[in-house]
Amino acid sequence: MRVLAAMSGGVDSAVAAARAVDAGHDVVGVHLALSRMPGTLRTGSRGCCTVEDSNDAWRACDKLGIPYYVWDFSERFKEDVVQDFIDEYAAGRTPNPCMRCNERIKFAALLEKAIALGFDAVCTGHYAKVITDADGNPELHRAADWAKDQSYVLGVLTHEQLKHSMFPLADTPSKAEVRAEAEARGLSVAKKPDSHDICFISDGDTAGWLAEKIEMTDGDIVDETGSKVGGHTGANQFTVGQRRGLKLGTPAADGKPRFVLEIRPKENKVVVGPHALLAIDELKGIKVSWAGLPIAEVATGAEFDCYAQVRAHGDPVPARAFVTEVMDDGVSRQSLNVTLEEPLRGVAPGQTVVLYQGSRVLGQATIDSARSLARPEIP
Amino acid sequence: MPVYLDHAATTPISAPALAALTSVITRSGNPSSLHGSGRRARATVEAARETVALAAGAHPTEVIFTSGGTEADNLAVKGLFWARRDAEPGRTRILVSSVEHAAVQDTVEWLEKHEGAEAVWLPVDEHGTVSLDALKKELDDGGANTVALVTCMWANNEVGTVQPIAEIVALVEPYGIPVHSDAVQAFGSIPVNFKESGLAAMSISAHKIGGTVGVGALLLGRAVKLTPVQHGGGQERTVRSGTLDTAGLAAFAAAATDVTQNLAKENLRIAGLRDAIIAAVRHAVPEAVLRGVDPAEYPEKRLPGNAHFTFPGCEGDSLLFLLDMAGVESSTGSACTAGVPRPSHVLLAMGLDEDTARGAQRFSLGHTSSLADVEAFVAALPQAHARAKLAGMAAHQSSIQTASTQ
Repeated sequence: MRVLAAMSGGVDSAVAAARAVDAGHDVVGVHLALSRMPGTLRTGSRGCCTVEDSNDAWRACDKLGIPYYVWDFSERFKEDVVQDFIDEYAAGRTPNPCMRCNERIKFAALLEKAIALGFDAVCTGHYAKVITDADGNPELHRAADWAKDQSYVLGVLTHEQLKHSMFPLADTPSKAEVRAEAEARGLSVAKKPDSHDICFISDGDTAGWLAEKIEMTDGDIVDETGSKVGGHTGANQFTVGQRRGLKLGTPAADGKPRFVLEIRPKENKVVVGPHALLAIDELKGIKVSWAGLPIAEVATGAEFDCYAQVRAHGDPVPARAFVTEVMDDGVSRQSLNVTLEEPLRGVAPGQTVVLYQGSRVLGQATIDSARSLARPEIP
Repeated sequence: MPVYLDHAATTPISAPALAALTSVITRSGNPSSLHGSGRRARATVEAARETVALAAGAHPTEVIFTSGGTEADNLAVKGLFWARRDAEPGRTRILVSSVEHAAVQDTVEWLEKHEGAEAVWLPVDEHGTVSLDALKKELDDGGANTVALVTCMWANNEVGTVQPIAEIVALVEPYGIPVHSDAVQAFGSIPVNFKESGLAAMSISAHKIGGTVGVGALLLGRAVKLTPVQHGGGQERTVRSGTLDTAGLAAFAAAATDVTQNLAKENLRIAGLRDAIIAAVRHAVPEAVLRGVDPAEYPEKRLPGNAHFTFPGCEGDSLLFLLDMAGVESSTGSACTAGVPRPSHVLLAMGLDEDTARGAQRFSLGHTSSLADVEAFVAALPQAHARAKLAGMAAHQSSIQTASTQ
């Protein structure tokens, strides 16, 4: 196969590319330039996007004896990921930009270009597994190492995207093994630190970064009964589940700490309440997609057992789910209804719920509303 | 062997240059030393100076050897700006074409940011030719009194447009303002004569004419005052410091002699190949647009080795990739940040929009180019173009349907 290895400059993508070469594929390394003004040297915990990272990827390709190119996706990234991130926060939701990047950049803009240019697949250093059945239909599964598993951020990939996705690190027992392999292969990135945080927020200060992008206005903080208990300088700087920095004037009746339960951008209001009310046991999801062919219950609307995961490294909880078709503007759209057997805390609209059966990723939806069955609608 | 169509980036070392290099490089000796080895090295350097001076139409004392075109441009632009401003503090304006190589463009921007310079970016027409009217306007009505220097490249590195240097100098000369020209692309390719040009300073580079990388020169008029940029031993007329690369200079001189002696013949031969490329591209991709001056109309206004096109709906880096895979080495033509092709400031200055500019591809020829190269390129182009067109503009929305496109 002709394989395009997306190379961030990190150890995972370098080893993934090396394995693709070993498997006999015709591999070309490509670094995605996602910033128009890349920094020169890597700082802090960012693991991509600087010239140094690009050079690291380049040196890895030299070592592997494969060609290397840098392709500019900075405009697309700015519109599809960065602007979306800002818009979602401005609308009071909590997006996952890495997921969005996989959905629209790596496995859409890049994949589409790659296929047009004659490639068969895009290979990345994600820890996840694609299993293809006899008919060539792909299924997405968790990686062998559940601690490193990244299937959650790939849960948004569709059947078509998965058909052209290659994750050579799928069966790796641990990250330590990847580093050892990089070392043995003489790849200079073997000891390069892992990246964390959001790549386009260089100092990791998301709230500060957002404050420069979103207009913040003073508003009220209300409790679960609707009574005003304090004020804020902009609803969009809060996230559901947050406890610190609320600066509430009126103490709670029971004297216990209060948490952000809801953000209402239209009213510029933040709703707070006791910890117990953070527990969510029902989710409604929109923008539904299936990672491969949908399971039979999707078409019938029957309820099915599954596990639900709402953040990249959160634990999955047992759940029941069913799909309904909703007419929206004359178009029939799927809506996902998930009942959690064990409640989850700090679930915010905008987050993605990914459904699993065993190790298999069924699909995902963007959380539109989350509520506790035990509590009435907050006024 | 790949087909090399990127001579504007660097051209292979020529046979005379290689012979000169290898005959000198094993000999030790610092040209500033006073003993026998030093004197021998110095003799080589001075012979090279005389040879390069002859090739470029300059007096040997006007040749200041540098580490290449970029250093020569920095030395000229910063050095002239500082010298002029120090003599007359009111002279802070730099009149500069808007299609300069980064070595000049970035230097001017640096002077703006750090030294109180005011850059006046002279516009160009759709073919990339700098506007003489705009220059005249900046000089008229006392405007000339605040100008430190004028700088305009002799020929553009991306689209090959030859600038009206004689007219520029004629306009500026009455005001006594020094004019610098980056002649890195022009020297060795078209007739360039420093003395006849009337320029105060002119940059040239060895590796664009068959010499080695890391060697170049600033030709600087004897009466022109210049503030040094880098300090040290003052080896070159006290304005440029650093031990000279004796072997590199010997190769530079040999290459300079070679290209100037064969210029008329090579110019014609290479222009013929260039015209074949233009015809072939137009035949294979009728929608492709030749950028710069059409040599069929004004042959002397385009470098003989330059063909530059924009391919509508294609991304330059897709074309580059596909041609590279097919064994044809070309360029998107513009300066890169971390290897990322950005829409070219030259094409934007010529009035193109960003999308059109992103479809650029430059094919540049040189002394090793042959008809076989052109034929191999012509064979590879149709498929590469078809695929690049299919890949479209990655800057646009992907057509792959996902959750958020519902």
